Amino acid sequence: MAPALAWLTALMVVPCALVLALAFFRRGIYGGIEYTFTLENFGLVFDPLYAGIFLNSARIAGTATLIAVVIGYAAAYAIAATPRRWQPVFLFFAVLPFWSNYLIRTYAWIVLLNREGLITQLLRWFGYTGEPPSMLYTEGAVIAGLVYNYLPFVILACYAPLSRLNPELAEASRDLGASAVTTFRRVILPLTVPGIAAGAVFVFVLSIGNFVTPALLGGGRFQMIGNLVYDQFLTANDWPFGAALAMALIAIMLLVLTAQALAADRAAGRIAEAKGGADG
Amino acid sequence: MTQSFARTLGLRTILVLVFAFLYIPIAVLVALSFNQGGLPTVWSGFSLRWYASLVGNAAILSAALNTLIVALVSTAIATLLGTLLAIGVEMRRQYGRGLEALIFAPMIIPDIVLAIALLSFFSMLDFTLGLHTIILAHVVFNLAFVCSVVRARLKSFDWSIVEASADLGASALTTFRRVTLPVILPAVVAGALLAFTLSVDEFIIAFFTSGAGRASTTLPMQIYSMIRFGITPEINALATIVMAVSITALTLSQRLNRGVIGQ
Repeated sequence: MAPALAWLTALMVVPCALVLALAFFRRGIYGGIEYTFTLENFGLVFDPLYAGIFLNSARIAGTATLIAVVIGYAAAYAIAATPRRWQPVFLFFAVLPFWSNYLIRTYAWIVLLNREGLITQLLRWFGYTGEPPSMLYTEGAVIAGLVYNYLPFVILACYAPLSRLNPELAEASRDLGASAVTTFRRVILPLTVPGIAAGAVFVFVLSIGNFVTPALLGGGRFQMIGNLVYDQFLTANDWPFGAALAMALIAIMLLVLTAQALAADRAAGRIAEAKGGADG
Repeated sequence: MTQSFARTLGLRTILVLVFAFLYIPIAVLVALSFNQGGLPTVWSGFSLRWYASLVGNAAILSAALNTLIVALVSTAIATLLGTLLAIGVEMRRQYGRGLEALIFAPMIIPDIVLAIALLSFFSMLDFTLGLHTIILAHVVFNLAFVCSVVRARLKSFDWSIVEASADLGASALTTFRRVTLPVILPAVVAGALLAFTLSVDEFIIAFFTSGAGRASTTLPMQIYSMIRFGITPEINALATIVMAVSITALTLSQRLNRGVIGQ
């Protein structure tokens, strides 16, 4: 195991530590790096211009997460309600698109949404004659792309607790006079929180650091943190600031993962309670 | 009765809509790749001409070759290292949270962060960037994925048979070859297939660690620049082939893994 750990240390731990260190240095006059200690880069992260991009990224990622969780949960619920022997088949085909190239899945949306794309053609076919609607290079297109790319994972994450759900719990709730809605809200939903949390964290973390989708579906008009990091390294040539941005991204990610761990712990407590109640 | 009928109908509708959402974009792409006309959005008859024109495109062929080299070499290294790591970790049973985090990190670290970290690292060491740096980078996440697949298999492994083999006088190498390896082989192959696909599809890290110039352009980098140029029917054909390769490899990987779990 030593060679593997050495590989990870040399090519992940050390480079990441280097980025962390880089964030505390100054940018040289001609690009490059000047080795004097500074906190300016982190200050710049909170500059209204860049803080705005962070908030924007969080909003786009948050919206994509919300939509993906609602659709993914509904899909997982519907799959869990089909006959047992069919469930693996549905699940397999729900995940299959996820196994194709991310760029290609994003590109498929350019084909659908561009001015002379499939959606415009369909509208024409239904008798629409006006200007083609502009759907590509909008925030909506970026969100659609993120939801499309990460939905399979949410379905998978939500399916796991839904399939393990004891149907007697829902029956008991109904027998005791709770409505279908109340049963869902008070019994089913709380027991499936771990799946929702896992799916939501996955979508949010991958969306907020995303660089390909805003670049392709947002047409570069919608800067997200990933694009900002990219620019600092490849065009603006301000590596120290790029490094500080990357560290901020990691900090957000760790925050979200911690929140998920807490949510999962609380839910585990509830599930143990429910199990105890059902057994006793 | 009617209520449960409405419920079933509602759930079936959700299934149909979700699968339509998941498959229509891909289906349109695949259909268009066989479209005769130059216009990407008007159907004008079945044709393989875009596939034929891919074969004549030197840039795409060289990118495909680069991708194959990177994927094969990084998969080979990652499979060896990842498998040994999995055995090492599982044999000990007790390991610190630090080790666990180290193995888990490559799978969750945002691509862009690992990409810029490696770029900074390589340029600080004055490394010449090229296919070899992409390979070094790809092994990082590939070995973590191989390790996790093999570890899942080892969870149910009975280590006493390894002791038994040693007691009966087999060398460590013989024990590995005759006892441990046959048991974990399906998981090792599944992990290798997963690593191969991840490497073939990986874009961001390759983009940052490939350096300037066309010589080390990989297929995803080629696809990215083609997409940025605009829609061409060639992309549809290329996309269809790449999708077919990834989906086949991962379906195989999944099959092998399922076989393992089923035992």
